[in-house]
Amino acid sequence: MSRFKHLISIDDLDKEDILFILKKAESFESIARGEINSKMLEGKILANLFFEPSTRTRMSFEVAMKRLGGDVINMTAQEASSIAKGETLADTIKVVSKYADVIVLRHPLEGAARFAAENSEVPIINGGDGAGQHPTQTLLDLYTIMKESSLDGIKIALMGDLKYSRTVHSLIRALTLFNTKIYLISPDTLRLPEEFLEGLKNVEIAELDDVINEIDVLYVTRIQKERFPDEEEYKKVAGSYKIDSELLKKAKENLIIMHPLPRIDEIDVSVDKTRHAKYFDQAFYGVPIRMAILSEVLNGVIA
Amino acid sequence: MKQLTISKIKEGTVIDHINAGKALLVLKILGIHSNSTETVSMAMNVPSKKMGKKDIVKVEGKFINEEQLNKIALIAPNATINLIKDYEIQKKFKVVLPEFIEGIIKCPNRNCISNSDEPITSKFRVWFDKNVVAQCYYCRRKVKEISEYIY
Ligand SMILES: Nc1ncnc2c1ncn2[C@@H]1O[C@H](COP(=O)(O)OP(=O)(O)OP(=O)(O)O)[C@@H](O)[C@H]1O
Ligand SMILES: [Mg+2]
Ligand SMILES: [Zn+2]
Repeated sequence: MSRFKHLISIDDLDKEDILFILKKAESFESIARGEINSKMLEGKILANLFFEPSTRTRMSFEVAMKRLGGDVINMTAQEASSIAKGETLADTIKVVSKYADVIVLRHPLEGAARFAAENSEVPIINGGDGAGQHPTQTLLDLYTIMKESSLDGIKIALMGDLKYSRTVHSLIRALTLFNTKIYLISPDTLRLPEEFLEGLKNVEIAELDDVINEIDVLYVTRIQKERFPDEEEYKKVAGSYKIDSELLKKAKENLIIMHPLPRIDEIDVSVDKTRHAKYFDQAFYGVPIRMAILSEVLNGVIA
Repeated sequence: MKQLTISKIKEGTVIDHINAGKALLVLKILGIHSNSTETVSMAMNVPSKKMGKKDIVKVEGKFINEEQLNKIALIAPNATINLIKDYEIQKKFKVVLPEFIEGIIKCPNRNCISNSDEPITSKFRVWFDKNVVAQCYYCRRKVKEISEYIY
């Protein structure tokens, strides 16, 4: 029996579910790297329904499914936009759930995945719904922290756009399940909304300079130009939230730096070569995490 | 102070202790509108010992079912229901806030799937935290000023 039928929001999972998935992902790593072949999901079909582009998420689901011996059907962006005009999401889901064994949905409206689940005969995995939820991103973030640092007793700084970043919002909620100290580092205009702070302990607003020598994880997100009234203001702010190797001289030896990617210039390329850089590993970890989720909802049996 | 602002009814449902000013919203929640055929009387801002001021709604000729009546708790958590038969109160109870509400509240989030053209009814989880709080089942947006989002 699966622990969950659909994966819509990280809030639907308790700590035990999360640890279960992270453990399971670990057992898939050598398959994810292509070192071992698997036929676990042979004969199963995944449908990627992306009503909004996200090449990375789509590709990593595709890789996860194929590495497990399953097959993938994709809806092109063009198809998506013509479907969106002519048919309700409810109907699209009803039809596609007759074709495929699992659906990954990315949609611009918040709550779309939960609504899709009500209309689907097969598991729905939320691949991002507007400013809402993106649970597989949160799980792969937690997995990266677990693998490259620790989920217990660490200090983590979240830096950049804390106001609009759903990645950050979900990660904060998930981290509160663990014994973590969280520092929030952002421009004044991009602070974490009050509602997320309600009832949170161990969260503190900070400056990077003050905490760089004590943190174990630095999670950097992109500051988007669109959030600023003019180019000049943007450049000034973005420039002061940039990570380079100079700054890292003050860091703990085992500090890890994460980023959901794509980056613009928040992290200087000179950082890539340092032992701190884990953002590309983080991208890889999306594969075993998605394998774990697919095998869970499809009741895959480890052969 | 007169005992009864409105005359006695033989049979029907009396909704008492409605927060002052909310009687019209109570009618809305009960689905009573200008085309309805029920005989309905209403008193607004009448003096009350318990509440200072209150509204009262009386619907003649029918016992509105309890599930329907409990939705009133969204905007009038202290409302008392009196079911009247042969001019006497047959049953009296307080409304109980339901755990989920379908319809009635419109999600304030314009980007919420429940505000799209999809075949969908809004759904909110509701609870009491000093005031009634509702959270959209789909997008998780919280609504504190529920009265403003009753449709
Ligand atoms: N036959 C009736 N027709 C119309 N309204 C009635 C009838 N009988 C009672 N009511 C109304 O029902 C409400 C409750 O009546 P009740 O006699 O129980 O008053 P109460 O003792 O003040 O009750 P409570 O403790 O609920 O305030 C009052 O608003 C009253 O006017
Ligand atoms: Mg009274
Ligand atoms: Zn909503």
